[in-house]
Amino acid sequence: MAWTRDEMAARAARELEDGFYVNLGIGIPTLVANHIADDIDVTLQSENGMLGMGPFPYDDDVDADLINAGKQTITELRRTSYFSSADSFAMIRGGHIDLSILGAMEISESGDIANWMIPGKLVKGMGGAMDLVAGVKRVVVIMDHANKKGEPKLLKACSLPLTGQACVHRIITTLGVFDVVEDGLKLLELAPGATLELVAEQTEAKYSVADNLVAHEAA
Amino acid sequence: MKKVFADAQAALDGLVFDGMTLMAGGFGLCGIPENSIAALHKAGVKDLTVISNNCGVDGFGLGVLLDAKQIKKMVSSYVGENKEFERQFLSGELELEFNPQGTLAERIRAGGAGIPGFFTKTGVGTLIAEGKEHREFDGETYIMETGLKADVSIVKAWKADPQGNLVFRKTARNFNPMMATAGKVTVAEVEEIVELGALNPDEIHTPGIFVQRLFVGSFEKRIEQRTIREREVA
Repeated sequence: MAWTRDEMAARAARELEDGFYVNLGIGIPTLVANHIADDIDVTLQSENGMLGMGPFPYDDDVDADLINAGKQTITELRRTSYFSSADSFAMIRGGHIDLSILGAMEISESGDIANWMIPGKLVKGMGGAMDLVAGVKRVVVIMDHANKKGEPKLLKACSLPLTGQACVHRIITTLGVFDVVEDGLKLLELAPGATLELVAEQTEAKYSVADNLVAHEAA
Repeated sequence: MKKVFADAQAALDGLVFDGMTLMAGGFGLCGIPENSIAALHKAGVKDLTVISNNCGVDGFGLGVLLDAKQIKKMVSSYVGENKEFERQFLSGELELEFNPQGTLAERIRAGGAGIPGFFTKTGVGTLIAEGKEHREFDGETYIMETGLKADVSIVKAWKADPQGNLVFRKTARNFNPMMATAGKVTVAEVEEIVELGALNPDEIHTPGIFVQRLFVGSFEKRIEQRTIREREVA
């Protein structure tokens, strides 16, 4: 019934193309790295100052000077380069990164994203999220279709403070894949077990259904 | 002019005062000036405005200054890692100014380069844009952000030579090079000071003009999230 987080990550990995420079957000988006196809060459950027991010280290290779943007210990690859935060965000804000995959709390039908702040709760900060959504060429969101209370996260307008305005291109949820198009969202794919009725029930945003809708079957 | 000092206390001597603005390098606990932070704690200087991407953790990094209530205001992009921060912020003891991480990096770079302001798309249409000048360039809206400077910048590098030329190591570089440019006085702590001529001039990350004082520190290099993989058994 619907996609798991790992299955959403696997679907998101299909957004990657050969030669892409990609920034993966913290949380579910990091799982995308486990699903990159063998026949494409992708370079992962970590916004604290690294291109060519490798996997987690073996226990005896842990290096305190080598972490990713989630502050996890990682490794370098033969292609790796290191740079300052200013150069890192020049890559991001200058439109040099091809794709950013991030999580979100809410998305609006015009592609606004809210993922950094819930009023009344302690705000930890936006980190690099506002720069990523404003600067990266293509922004793909992975998120649960509804929140823990079962309320829609695809809304007419975000209720939470925005991270960015009209900047999301595609949304991959537990129930399917949507594109942000001129007059709202467009449902392109249905996850296994998801139905049009279920999507309608759990979506507040205005959306249309693609003529060539792909209904995925359970693997 | 001699740039090399015996330790953090000697290097910071005469530079610190209550109410000063401080820049502190590092991302999380990676590449933070541990020794200068400890010396500032010992000096007891207070009402600090601290510009740093994060604020350490409870009991380590900038968390030490926070625990001792030496910080009046933080200018950061992400501060979620300490309980004491939360307590002081919620009780109104601590001011906080959030900046998107790239905006923060660029504000510091601009400050150090004599650029008082610049326009960016980051934050347009969000709370960050409120009260800021908006301007259109080629049909797109941008907001104005201002450059940042500090009375003192404390940075951490891997190696230095006696001229203050710095080389950083891996992702411990982060905010350190820009902060070195934006301090009226920059104090660098390093793991090793090598002989003049031992660094390849083509591979120097921060030229010595940006560094006024330096010393060799001792580093704990605490790790926030130790993530590992298992070795496959053949």
